[in-house]
Amino acid sequence: MKSAANWIKSAGFGLGALAAGAVFAVTPAPAKAQGTLTVLCGVQEEWCKAIAVAFEKKSGIAVAMSRKSAGEALAQIRAEAANPKTDVWWGGPGDPHLQAAEEGLTLAYESPQYKELQPWAQSQYKQSQGRSIGIYAGALGFTYNTELLGKRKIQAPKCWADLLRPEFKDEIQVANPNASGTAYTALATLVQIFGEEKAFDYLKKLNENVNQYTKSGSAPAAAVARSETLVGIIFMHDGINQKINGFPVDVSAPCEGTGYEIGSVSIIKGSKNLDAAKAFYEFSLSPEGQATGAETKQFQMPSNRKAAVPPEAPNLEEIRLIDYNFQKYGTAEERKRLLSRWDAEIKSVAR
Amino acid sequence: MRPRSAIWLALGWVGFALLPWFAGSGTQPALAPPSPGPAGSALIDGLTNGRWWLLPIALPLLLALAVTALPGLRARRPAVLLASGAFGLAWITVQGFAIGLDGWASGWLGALFGPLALGQGGFGAGAALTALSFLFLMTNGFAGLGFMKGDRFTAGAIGLVLAAIAAFVFLPVGYVLSGAGDTGSGGFSAAALGARLAAPDIWRLSCLTEAKSCGVVWNSVFLAVMTGIATTLLGLAFALVAVRTGFRAKKLLRVLTVLPIITPPFVISLAVILLFGRNGTVTLAMSDWFGLPASRWIYGLPGVLLTQTLAFTPISFLVMIGVVQGIGPSLEEAAQTLRASRWITFRTVTWPLMRPGVANAFLISFIESLADFGNPLILGGNFEVLSTKIYFAVVGAQNDPGRAAALGIILLCLCLGAFWVQRQWLGKKSYATVGGKGDNGIPSQLPRGIKIAAYATALPWAAFTFVLYGLILFGGFTENWGRNNSLTLRHYLAAFDLSWGPGGLIWSGRAWGSLFTTIEVAALSAPLTAAVGLLTAYLLVRQSFKGRGAFEFLTMLSFAIPGTVIGISYILAFNQPPIELTGTITILIICFVFRNMPVSIRAGVAAMSQIDRSLDECSLTLGAGSVQTIRRVILPLLRPAIVASLVYSFVRAITSISAVIFLVSPKYELATAYIVGRVEQGDFGLAIAYSSALIVLMSVVIALIQFAVGERRIGRRAATPVTLQEKPV
Repeated sequence: MKSAANWIKSAGFGLGALAAGAVFAVTPAPAKAQGTLTVLCGVQEEWCKAIAVAFEKKSGIAVAMSRKSAGEALAQIRAEAANPKTDVWWGGPGDPHLQAAEEGLTLAYESPQYKELQPWAQSQYKQSQGRSIGIYAGALGFTYNTELLGKRKIQAPKCWADLLRPEFKDEIQVANPNASGTAYTALATLVQIFGEEKAFDYLKKLNENVNQYTKSGSAPAAAVARSETLVGIIFMHDGINQKINGFPVDVSAPCEGTGYEIGSVSIIKGSKNLDAAKAFYEFSLSPEGQATGAETKQFQMPSNRKAAVPPEAPNLEEIRLIDYNFQKYGTAEERKRLLSRWDAEIKSVAR
Repeated sequence: MRPRSAIWLALGWVGFALLPWFAGSGTQPALAPPSPGPAGSALIDGLTNGRWWLLPIALPLLLALAVTALPGLRARRPAVLLASGAFGLAWITVQGFAIGLDGWASGWLGALFGPLALGQGGFGAGAALTALSFLFLMTNGFAGLGFMKGDRFTAGAIGLVLAAIAAFVFLPVGYVLSGAGDTGSGGFSAAALGARLAAPDIWRLSCLTEAKSCGVVWNSVFLAVMTGIATTLLGLAFALVAVRTGFRAKKLLRVLTVLPIITPPFVISLAVILLFGRNGTVTLAMSDWFGLPASRWIYGLPGVLLTQTLAFTPISFLVMIGVVQGIGPSLEEAAQTLRASRWITFRTVTWPLMRPGVANAFLISFIESLADFGNPLILGGNFEVLSTKIYFAVVGAQNDPGRAAALGIILLCLCLGAFWVQRQWLGKKSYATVGGKGDNGIPSQLPRGIKIAAYATALPWAAFTFVLYGLILFGGFTENWGRNNSLTLRHYLAAFDLSWGPGGLIWSGRAWGSLFTTIEVAALSAPLTAAVGLLTAYLLVRQSFKGRGAFEFLTMLSFAIPGTVIGISYILAFNQPPIELTGTITILIICFVFRNMPVSIRAGVAAMSQIDRSLDECSLTLGAGSVQTIRRVILPLLRPAIVASLVYSFVRAITSISAVIFLVSPKYELATAYIVGRVEQGDFGLAIAYSSALIVLMSVVIALIQFAVGERRIGRRAATPVTLQEKPV
């Protein structure tokens, strides 16, 4: 036994040296060069890349851009709060931006371009006490598979009420509002259109027709595109995206009115590149910066009134937008209450 | 003084007096006076910059130097080394946590000691080296006092593994789990913790009595047990076919079983949807030919079970094949000489000897299934499991990290339970069959029934895997998979285009950046993982020390926690001093090493428990040096384990997504994170093309690893039929 352990002892130094080598190997490289702007991006990757390149060309400031879903971005910003590594959070639904503002994770900043913006973009600014502002808007709507509808000779859904029709039994997908901001917007929209009691009655009936509560907000759009389901409740630009990709889908806006998201931008409190962050913020509000969206086939409504509206974008003027109360439905308490009720009354009876 | 302690002590002085104590930009926070540059060591910084708290580190170093240099103090040496190592380590840790970027890290420290004018950055090379030196001085002291049978290597190795686990598993996980009792306003309450742990949507059993969904724990456990059983049986069947039958296309079989493990996430799920989804190829064929109505059965338990079985069977196979290969035929021959039938031999000799493999394979699959995130995400439908629930508790609309922590605790307890059951089943028996005695037999043929069962399980599964992969590879060349199947090279060009510019070759494809980072991270983390894992396995199998069971459990901890939780916990723990790693490539490498280490440990434990200790002793008795013994006896016998851990950790570093989604930074983007982005966007073509390229790349690397490490040859078990006729010696 003694002899067996002997070689190991001699190996001890070798392994120890290996460990020491490993320490050097993993000792952090110097942090990134000064002056690189770090941006968390909440829209599709092409757009992220396009605006980063456009900004670099214009300002000469290098941008490091990383795509994160809204929830992931918020979780990361929260976790980093003591020593932020991110400078700007650009894109993604306005709700989590409001939450970040409420928790004091972002910085108040007044832009000279404020007056050029659409009223909904300004309202995001006011509600966040200046810590966030709208850069685009996307309306909630339906997407449907035209091929399957044609085959079964079913009328495309045009209203919330249409979704309760028996021919849509087991054919509707919407995300789980506990997981997805898109679905929470839908829930809050229905509560604002019908009143809370009637909205939950509606959701209970809708539950009969829903085959799956997906986890990601844009998943129903992909499922409709692949003919896995007939109808999805989504942000309309996600549906248009699938259409551009060559799938047999189309979108419609509900006739009773619909809610919307305000894609927003915020500067992170404690940013170490504040001037660059402000420059990016301004660029993303300018018509030039907002044009990068349409260039990469992203069809949200830009927030700057001078920005060109892409012809494919769902025209917000033709859609009956409700006067969405972000103030009320954005607060943590209201959110928690509605979600708990949804969990208790809808989710627990879902198959 | 033994030279090893002296060398460690010297390295400690180098780290303290010569190397930069802080890392990167952390050296000069805004409040600091000008320092002699980023290369400032603790000694210089402490003397000239007013960071007085660094100076006491010299005390234990001086003390250790005194006992090392003065012969008169020899008798006290171990105790003094132990004390100074422990004090040095403790001081470095305490000052690191107490003083942050802008002075005291918590308010009460400031109230106690008065305000502090400066702060400090994260640990750098100097701090790391000095801490390591203290660690080994301490363990040498322990060994000198007679602990661990006085064996310095064992003491040092245990110290190293424990310290690493403490820093890179406990610390981050502790940050997350301490949130379980969080009241929302920063306080802690047992009532909040109790309420979260007992929530009805976790535990309810309503699916048994009425048409409602069951609690998420029951879903997870049921899925994990089913996956564990399915993958273990399949892995066993493949291992038996590959080792114990005359099956001709063994190589092909191995390749096929390893394919799913080298597949980036989402791709299998995507392929399964395109085959079995309501509009899938198979589904449509079934409804055309047999009139079966198209349904969405794939969304939910069946789909997740199918994809998890596809994904984890290879891991189970990798563990099983090492064990099946290692079973010495002498025992089986003895049984047959005593006129036992093939079946009785299998049941009473072969099967019991395979039990460590079966148990380890089941444990790994069970835990992998509990922690799996990608497959339930895509195919779960309304079937909820713990891992997705935890993810959405963190990033979902409710944003309740406390709930995520409570669910994380439950998940940990499940893994602990599985681990305990495994230990009970294996018991304290010995499974050593590779001994120094004459071991020249040929493995007995399998009983007929088992053989048929193994073939019947393995071959259809292999065929299924083959079809799936054919489809995936084909999908990369189609215009729009599933809709427009005309062939194109468009996606490959978009990802991997090269062009010539004025400055030479331009990597103009969109995938190159993330591909290079991915390869770098995987290549750096794989050998580290294998080294740490096999070292730990050696400690677990070959050494007996107090608390070995607890130690074994601790090493499994990082595996049991879902990747998402690990990711969040790494940001919480490593974003600020003392250990500041976010945004670097280091954090990715460390994350992979500690996440993949358990598989390496399991493979090492399974292989090593078969090797009799007498072999090491024998080699030494015959006059071989220790290095020669390791090189020519131990390592060759561990080859399957080495291959398994290298392959697994390399591949996992390329294909895993959930742990790193929070850790990738714009500068260090990984391939999977990029691919998932493409899938979300609905751009399946590029995602599949990129995935196919990764699959080809990993196949090449696996072949290289296999070639470099080589096969283990025991007795004549890999013998050719010609030598079969020779007389056994």
